[in-house]
Amino acid sequence: MTPSNTNGLLIDYEYCTGCFACTVACCQEHGWQAPLTGIRVMEIVQDLPNDKAYLTFLPFPTELCVLCNKRTQKGMDPACVKHCMANCLTYGNLRELACELEKKPRMVLWSPR
Amino acid sequence: MTGKENGMKNDGVKIIKTTTWSPGPGCHGGCGILVHVKDGRVIKVEGDPDHPWNQGRLCSRCLSMTQYMYHKDRLKKPLKRIGERGQNQFKEISWDEAFDLIEEKMKKIRDDHGPESVIFHQGTGRDIGGWISMLAYAYGSPNWMFGLSGISCYTPRLMMMSITQGDFAVVDASQWHEKRYDDPEYTVPETVTIWGQNLPATCPDGFFGHWYIDLMKRGTEVLVIDPRCTWIASRAKLWLQLRPGTDAALALGFIHVMIKENLINMEFVERWTNSPFLVRVDGEKPALIKESDLVTDGLAFNFIAHDPVSNSFVAWDSDKQAYKKKDIRPSMEGVFDIPLANGSTAKAKTVWTLYKENAALYTPEKVSGITWVPADKIIKGARIYAKSQPSALHWGLPIDTIPSTVPTSQAINHLWCLTGNLDNPGGNAIARYAYDVVTYPYHTGGAILSLPPEVMDKRIGIHDYGAIKDFRAWAQPDKVLEQIFSDKPYPIKGMWIQTANPIACTGMEPKKWRDAIKKLDFTVCVDLFMTPTAMLCDVILPAATFLEKDSLKAWWVPLQAIKKVVEVEECKSDIEINLELCKRFMKDFPYDNPHDLFDSLLKSAGITYQELTDKTWMIPPKGHPSKPYFRYEKGLLRQDKRPGFRTPSGKIELFSSWLEKWDLAPLPYHEEPPYSPVSTPDLFKEYPLILCTGRRMGPFFHSEHRQIPWLREQQTDPVLEIHPDTALKYGICHGEKVCCENWLGKITVKALVTPVIHPDIVMAEHGWWFPEKEGKEPSLFGVWDVNVNQLIPMGHEGRAGLGAPIKSMLCKIYKAKG
Repeated sequence: MTPSNTNGLLIDYEYCTGCFACTVACCQEHGWQAPLTGIRVMEIVQDLPNDKAYLTFLPFPTELCVLCNKRTQKGMDPACVKHCMANCLTYGNLRELACELEKKPRMVLWSPR
Repeated sequence: MTGKENGMKNDGVKIIKTTTWSPGPGCHGGCGILVHVKDGRVIKVEGDPDHPWNQGRLCSRCLSMTQYMYHKDRLKKPLKRIGERGQNQFKEISWDEAFDLIEEKMKKIRDDHGPESVIFHQGTGRDIGGWISMLAYAYGSPNWMFGLSGISCYTPRLMMMSITQGDFAVVDASQWHEKRYDDPEYTVPETVTIWGQNLPATCPDGFFGHWYIDLMKRGTEVLVIDPRCTWIASRAKLWLQLRPGTDAALALGFIHVMIKENLINMEFVERWTNSPFLVRVDGEKPALIKESDLVTDGLAFNFIAHDPVSNSFVAWDSDKQAYKKKDIRPSMEGVFDIPLANGSTAKAKTVWTLYKENAALYTPEKVSGITWVPADKIIKGARIYAKSQPSALHWGLPIDTIPSTVPTSQAINHLWCLTGNLDNPGGNAIARYAYDVVTYPYHTGGAILSLPPEVMDKRIGIHDYGAIKDFRAWAQPDKVLEQIFSDKPYPIKGMWIQTANPIACTGMEPKKWRDAIKKLDFTVCVDLFMTPTAMLCDVILPAATFLEKDSLKAWWVPLQAIKKVVEVEECKSDIEINLELCKRFMKDFPYDNPHDLFDSLLKSAGITYQELTDKTWMIPPKGHPSKPYFRYEKGLLRQDKRPGFRTPSGKIELFSSWLEKWDLAPLPYHEEPPYSPVSTPDLFKEYPLILCTGRRMGPFFHSEHRQIPWLREQQTDPVLEIHPDTALKYGICHGEKVCCENWLGKITVKALVTPVIHPDIVMAEHGWWFPEKEGKEPSLFGVWDVNVNQLIPMGHEGRAGLGAPIKSMLCKIYKAKG
């Protein structure tokens, strides 16, 4: 049972363009040296039967992600959420974010370690 | 500013609000940022949530600024070559020594050969156009140049828009409004047609690619025209996969369908275009009939139309923006015999009749054969574009990177003119510099200094090409390269290279550029890192990033300040460097320091640089000529304040009087790329794949950022996109080394096997070199292993001196040995 105060990320993979702003924002915020980072972007290229491919980019936090606890304690968004060029990351309470999942297709909900 | 305004925090961190333009992120800038500074050092860069451009977001390159600014390899002091050219033998010198040396050497060239013997060579649209033209003109040289073959980056499209509709236009993504999408004047486009650009990964000129994601979330549908299934193509309502270099045919196919299916906004076309004007069709080439053809005292820039009521010919007075007979509604169509002043009779048709005849040639079936796009998709695409209201069209670099760029950009430009999607909310809005402040001049008229006509007459290329002479002030780069080797009509002895890396990026046939640079008596390179180009030069000056300099920007909106936040080592801004040399080269140079210069540039905005700095950014108010909408109706575009456009006739010139003047076809047409399955079938047998170049990767801007660890981590090696069927055919596996070769050269890169590319096309990346590899020649940072420009010729510029076959060459591929 998820405690009601656990926060996480809602990831809208319909709109992620794979720009890596989240990855680099995380590196800057936490001083990670490459290849370390708290969030990576995966690419999935799927051929569709109608002759067109569908490209999905999925930004996904790594084991290093601490959800920018120093920022969120001050009421700020995590660095990746703030800088996402496509505004496709939302930080919030997992239960509230779960309600958002029902409102729009092509999203995933991520809970931290 | 007070500490409070600066956001000074208890931990000694100062937060400064500023805006971007290269160097640093590399791009064409525009974003608002908050810079965190501690003890004179930038420790973090974040997006400014209050800035309407990016609204708090920021790209990976700008987020890497701390790694960029404080990189161990950054040039920190001026360098002077002490060994052979290209052997990485340099000595650090002081700025005074560097300026003295440059002054001495360049003045000697000027004295011995004339100022035109030095080329001032810039790269893409950085914060440089104003300052490098100022330096060139202070020195006395008319040869200010952007080195890409055929000036194939936005200039052809700008030229075509300028002569067709008198102004530039870009998609209206609400960037003119502080409240953006929520502004009550704004309308979200029903459809945006994205023609040849992988938007989220690029930095379109004066645009922010992710605005399209904002629009898609607000309901905009997307129509994508691209040889590749890009991310945005995969989200499109319709995607047309065309053969590279056939864009004009596709646009003409759209126009064909739009005319046939009555999807033209005839009210707009009749009122605002030159469609009723008469064109003589019995001569060698069609030509607009001028008033001077009809009457001896007529003017050569007044045109003629037919009045159906009186069955007579009436002159259009281009000065008064009116027909010489009141209340006429001229014939839109017809064939006429028209008596001329010399007593003869000419056969004439209206522009619109000719236009329809021209479009009739491009049936969907014929266009399908040229473009590879199925006919039913062409029809569907034309309907989506023309029926959407409003409908906006975004076009990319491929429209410039073909020798037929003029008719291609003309045909596409016509799409929004034929549907009335010009300067309307959510269509293609006319884009001007905010408050008419020119920071990046297109014409000598907008430049900070000027040269006398007899000196400008020596600008290379203007006697070859009318479009080079009359639009923009650049020398034609293919002709410059030719002249460096031929010394005709005069020798070239020096080159000032600033914001450019022709060996790795802008130069086609880059080994020729290497030989050219090494042939010269004296070369200077201004850059932030040692590059393959800098390695060949005599003096290298370390430039500042945008966080280490004061500057300003108005491309297009807002007008904004770029503020010096810190200093890094001995780096100086391009402006300071050029200003110091201007004082040395020109007697009575009018500006003492950059702020004097900025104040002078800001006159049209009625503010000082200090005031702009206090505000950081400003958006023109409603009613200002640099703010949309419908300015052609309101008399806000023309100097005489009459409604209409800034063209010779004041109309949108579908049949172009400028092209006629330059002896080019005045109506759009399809022309095969110089090397293609159609134009060179024999070569195609040996090189059976179309080589497209310029695949973009968001973390890199052109040839930059390969040394920035956070960015390089996202892609370590250059790739060649190959379709899985093609890879199978040639026995190439994903991730292995592959050679891509043609009659000009060869590169070896990593195979990226992916279905996003067409089986008959491969897509290469440009701008690659390896800062971590051996710098001195012959290696030059490994550039020759991977620079795809070695497979692309110089000297294939289009008929207007613009455009080059950069994205539509031929090649073969095979597995690399070892």
